[in-house]
Amino acid sequence: MSDFTFTIDEIEIPAKEGQTIMEAADAAGVYIPRLCDHEGLRHQGGCRVCTVKAAGRSVSACTQPAEPGLAVENETPHINKLRRDLVEMLFHEGNHLCPICEASGNCELQAMAYRLDMTEPTRFPYLEPCRPVDASHPDIALDTNRCISCGRCIRASQDVDQKGVFGYVGRGIHRHVAANGPDLAHTDAEITDFAISDEVCPVGCIIRKRVGFVTPIGEREFDKGLIGRKISEKRNA
Amino acid sequence: MPDSQDAPAADLPKARIATASLAGCFGCHMAILDIDERLIDLMALVEFDRSPLTDIKKFTKRCDIGIIEGGCCNEENVHVLQDFRENCDILIGLGQCAIMGGLPAMRNAIMHSDEPLRECLEEAYITGRYIRNKTHNIPNDPALPLLLDKVYACSEVVEMDYQIPGCAPTGDVIFETLSKLLTGKFRGFERETIKFD
Repeated sequence: MSDFTFTIDEIEIPAKEGQTIMEAADAAGVYIPRLCDHEGLRHQGGCRVCTVKAAGRSVSACTQPAEPGLAVENETPHINKLRRDLVEMLFHEGNHLCPICEASGNCELQAMAYRLDMTEPTRFPYLEPCRPVDASHPDIALDTNRCISCGRCIRASQDVDQKGVFGYVGRGIHRHVAANGPDLAHTDAEITDFAISDEVCPVGCIIRKRVGFVTPIGEREFDKGLIGRKISEKRNA
Repeated sequence: MPDSQDAPAADLPKARIATASLAGCFGCHMAILDIDERLIDLMALVEFDRSPLTDIKKFTKRCDIGIIEGGCCNEENVHVLQDFRENCDILIGLGQCAIMGGLPAMRNAIMHSDEPLRECLEEAYITGRYIRNKTHNIPNDPALPLLLDKVYACSEVVEMDYQIPGCAPTGDVIFETLSKLLTGKFRGFERETIKFD
């Protein structure tokens, strides 16, 4: 039972007290693009890809509580352009070379770029940072060139696995995700951790060794259709 | 396969197209051939100037469309790209290497070295475990174009008008884009047809 309703792009959405805009939207089958938010993890509001206009103000849908009668704008050309710029800047901040990445086709960053039509010639310089690869763990590798600092692995490890294998270090532009030890082999990380599972890392940073190409390129999750289609299908069903 | 309804009428004056492969693998040029039998429709509308397909090395006249495969890894790539920008009305980056450096750009940042280019060349010609290089030298013939410090995306060197993503882009996307550009109907890509890999 819903406590109240509000609207997203003039579609009436039922919501319960305390639900965020995104939680209510997901339940109603309206997809709001997101990268740092993931079902089952605490909300962070970090990537801002889920930015919507609620009563005219830009807010992150994953952290903003729904309110009765609230008018939310989601899929407008203006908001999608802001989201596309954010995603494009993420591509420029790290080293996201899709043709050489084993996550290609399963990557949410790539899928978001598809969804948001990121095909214009770029206006930004590629920063091409030098970031380490940590292959010390027998079952897991970290290629931090691809990390977008969404922090999903941090929250999954802390809240679900009760471990704290990952954490943020540094400040400002230098802030990044790091393993909580000299390298991954010297942490409690195990291949069975939720934080290491396919669904947590949205990009190809956390790599499960020896399974990367079990599903060939062209037959992967976002080769089959746009990101968010599973949520939208709920509404169409 | 999309039908060719959008293919332009054949009574227009022929557009002139030039192509070049810079730091690429020629896969995107092979993808142009994936247009298959629709190439016949397309060839009724265009003629090729400078291109590896014609083996013409220099522009014979100004072109309507320039198609660039690959990024810039050496000084010759930069000269060719600048030449294309000067001689083409519309410049299209074809494939991920032209768009963001692609596979050759692996040498830029992934080596974690203060001198990634030197380390790359030493690994390739001197220190690599499987190298049989009797001279123990890195090739330095004056005829070889000088390598750049890193691989640059085309848009970092000149202004690009369009880019067709993919590694390689499908023949369908190339055909659709070219035929729509030739008739002034290009309004961006169908999002379902775009792939970065």
